[in-house]
Amino acid sequence: MGRYILKRLVSAVPVLLGITVIVFAIMAMIPGDPATAILGSYATPENVEKLNRDLGLDKPAVQRYFIWLWNMVQGDFGRSFSLNRPVLEEVLDRFGATLVLAGTSFVLCSVIGVAAGVVSAARQYGLADKAITFAVLLGISIPSFFLGMMMILIFAVQLRWFPASGMWPIYGDRTLPVLVTHLTMPALALAVVATGVVARLSRSAMLEVLRQDYIRTARAKGVPERGVIWRHALRAAMVSILPVLGIQAGFVLSGAVYIEMVFQWPGVGRMLVDAILKRDILLVQGGVVLVAACYVMFNIVVDVAQSLLDPRIKT
Amino acid sequence: MSTLALLARNRLALAGLIVMGLVVLLALVTPLLPLPDPDVTDTGNRFLPPFSEGALLGTDHLGRDQLSRLLWGTRLSLAVGFAAATIAAVLGAAVGIIAGYYGGRVDNLIMRGVDMLMAFPYILLALAIVAALGPGLLNALIAVAAVNIPFFARNIRGITVGIANREFIDAARLAGMNDARIILSEVLPNVIPVIVIAMSTTVGWMILETAGLSFLGLGSQPPQADLGSMLGEARAALITSPHTSVVPGAMILIIVMAINLLGDGVRDALDPRLRSGALTRPMAATLVRREDPAPEPQGDDVLSLCDLQTQFHVKHRVYRAVGGVSLGVKPGECLGIIGESGSGKSVTALSVMGLVASPPGVITGGAVHYKGEDLVGAPYGRLRDLRGREVAYIFQDPLATLHPLYKVGDQLVEAIRVHHALSDSEARARALGLLRDVRIPNAESRLDSFPHELSGGMRQRVGIAMALANDPEVIIADEPTTALDVTVQAQILSLLDTLRREKGLAIVFITHDFGVVAQLCDRVAVMYAGRIVEEGPTRALLEAPAHPYTRRLIACVPELGEGKRRLHAIPGLPPAVNDLPSGCAFAPRCDKAQPACRQGEIALDAYGPRRLRCLYPETELEGTA
Repeated sequence: MGRYILKRLVSAVPVLLGITVIVFAIMAMIPGDPATAILGSYATPENVEKLNRDLGLDKPAVQRYFIWLWNMVQGDFGRSFSLNRPVLEEVLDRFGATLVLAGTSFVLCSVIGVAAGVVSAARQYGLADKAITFAVLLGISIPSFFLGMMMILIFAVQLRWFPASGMWPIYGDRTLPVLVTHLTMPALALAVVATGVVARLSRSAMLEVLRQDYIRTARAKGVPERGVIWRHALRAAMVSILPVLGIQAGFVLSGAVYIEMVFQWPGVGRMLVDAILKRDILLVQGGVVLVAACYVMFNIVVDVAQSLLDPRIKT
Repeated sequence: MSTLALLARNRLALAGLIVMGLVVLLALVTPLLPLPDPDVTDTGNRFLPPFSEGALLGTDHLGRDQLSRLLWGTRLSLAVGFAAATIAAVLGAAVGIIAGYYGGRVDNLIMRGVDMLMAFPYILLALAIVAALGPGLLNALIAVAAVNIPFFARNIRGITVGIANREFIDAARLAGMNDARIILSEVLPNVIPVIVIAMSTTVGWMILETAGLSFLGLGSQPPQADLGSMLGEARAALITSPHTSVVPGAMILIIVMAINLLGDGVRDALDPRLRSGALTRPMAATLVRREDPAPEPQGDDVLSLCDLQTQFHVKHRVYRAVGGVSLGVKPGECLGIIGESGSGKSVTALSVMGLVASPPGVITGGAVHYKGEDLVGAPYGRLRDLRGREVAYIFQDPLATLHPLYKVGDQLVEAIRVHHALSDSEARARALGLLRDVRIPNAESRLDSFPHELSGGMRQRVGIAMALANDPEVIIADEPTTALDVTVQAQILSLLDTLRREKGLAIVFITHDFGVVAQLCDRVAVMYAGRIVEEGPTRALLEAPAHPYTRRLIACVPELGEGKRRLHAIPGLPPAVNDLPSGCAFAPRCDKAQPACRQGEIALDAYGPRRLRCLYPETELEGTA
């Protein structure tokens, strides 16, 4: 197992390099002079020239890429001009908030989505199945930012169950219950679409598995239906559900952008949108690379979980 | 059933189509409608509520008419969404076809790149692209299209790889067509349905994604507004004037939901598995719809089937897989059921414990008596309690019938603990004993093996051990040796025979192999087209088959040392059980058939220990008919 994890870690290196290449290539698409784009049209020629030198923009692209890469390896992601602080510091400061939000949503969408899919498949064409199928359709069709706004309107403004925005109150203690009340609405709003996708896939994976011969064997043994569904069928269906959970992790991680805007959540997503609007390219670059790297790492966890789940995978 | 008919039958998809049609129509005629200019501000009339004079949906924070803005915004959102979908589909398909068609290094290089792009969470990728190009609706469109290209490329490549190796492509090449022409005239027409499905399932996402970018202020820029930026601008007044948020938000929801309904309908209509009903799950026990009262139990058989009828109801067709079968087996006896594939022998066996997949299976008549208790009418709880404890099964292919992800020891332990309140270690000790009983070497270490780590013969021994786990009275073995090679087959048969003698088991042995029957069975029943055509003691039946079908079936068996004998395959095919001829089902293939054979019901008559359903038997049987 240890060797398998190591192998997967090593195989992540080219993917991470690929990500940096793609980000670099995208940023190279910036029309016109990047330094002007970064500093805005009011920049003085001296500043533009200095920034060009600092960014190494006077050098050829390939050389620039390696300089950028080498700096990142050393932990230097450059300096955000709009915030006037190192990019890495700013991203790490905000990353925790995004992880709390996306992590909670991920757990919610995995648990609720899989459970809904299993129930739906076990009662195919029954009332529960129809209700879940409709809820799923609604869930994957509603824009998460609109859902978030409606939740604020109903549960914060009308019912006053939850605070409307933020991660912490301005005054008061930073305790877990306080965090939970602030987290509930954004985490749910973010989880809805992913839950729908997971439920849908879980249902079809379960239907596929329930037709297999080994399910008939379990029934022939006299295993109660509950055990047939949750122990025999779900275990086998998880093999095809797990990769989709991995994809949904990426979805909640990046979809957090909308939710962070709606709920004023102090995460990386909001930082990225601000940075894009202010044309703070270095901050965007650093943020994107770090979030994407986080997602790649998470997928290694998924792969390892998959190998634990399925003994037929050679480790 | 045609694709269109399926689509029309799906009422939800139809609803989606109608709603989408209306929305598109509205968007098309918007410039012709007598609407106020969507961008004219009127700060005196800010935040008018809906149904106000002159503003049906009210006005926004700058006093602009909401209805007008909604329709113009819808028009813009739809245009951008469809444009993004089309661009992504065209470019993605091009990349996918090139990769799939040329294969090799080209394919490898392209797919590596696609995998790289897919390693990104795609909203993040779209943000990066917008960051580089700058905010703006056109740039948002480019970003959304770009991040969806890998999805199309991967799907289309998969299909193209399948097509590129087909004969008609080779033929086109031999005919001197160049690659470009082959791709356009041979490959493209075959991948277009896939492109359409992929588009119909993703266009909703793309509308959502562009709306999302606009919502963040990265898409359409004021005063121009799509639905996303309308929502984004309304956010500041969410609490004071919620209608300005609800109107565009609800519109996005309606559009995306209609598209998703339609997309699901298109996908379902084109999915052959849904058409055949193959994606329905079997229920815990076979459905029973018995119109006549259950026959009373007779005789001293431990298990007896009385006029059992099992059918498959697929759409409007009825397949009579088991058309009235009566059989019995005594303790310690081995009964063979023999027949060609499709003769209904497996369905007969599975009907006993309600294991026929349902839907589509339905038990429509007769009874199965276990020690005098009718199992067909038994409630599920009772059936489950008897399954494995009193009547156990051994199935054909142990690789498919053992759970692939659980250790064989755990599967045995489960079989025991379902029926006995034993501790885990006690059950494990018993499982070990079972593996030893079925002569598995190194039984101790085999407990921790997964099915895929065992050989075929070992797996079948595990299957037998599992059947024996609760000392059942009856074992139903459904072709347990068919997937095994001959030496292993012989070992398994002798193992079953020993177990039967030691434990006094009744065995129902289903097979298509007379050699196996001769080796193991006391009695044998021959099935054809869902009914028994002949039954009797094995030796008597083998030596003097009375039914022409039995004789021909025996003649099919090759014998060692008699190399000169010709194998007599039976010409023709068994009849389809949804369209059985009247009279004897074998008559169309029988060389002795007379007109009388094709009329009315031919009874299964008893002649001493034998039974026969034939008017012109090969051998005259003694006893009363």
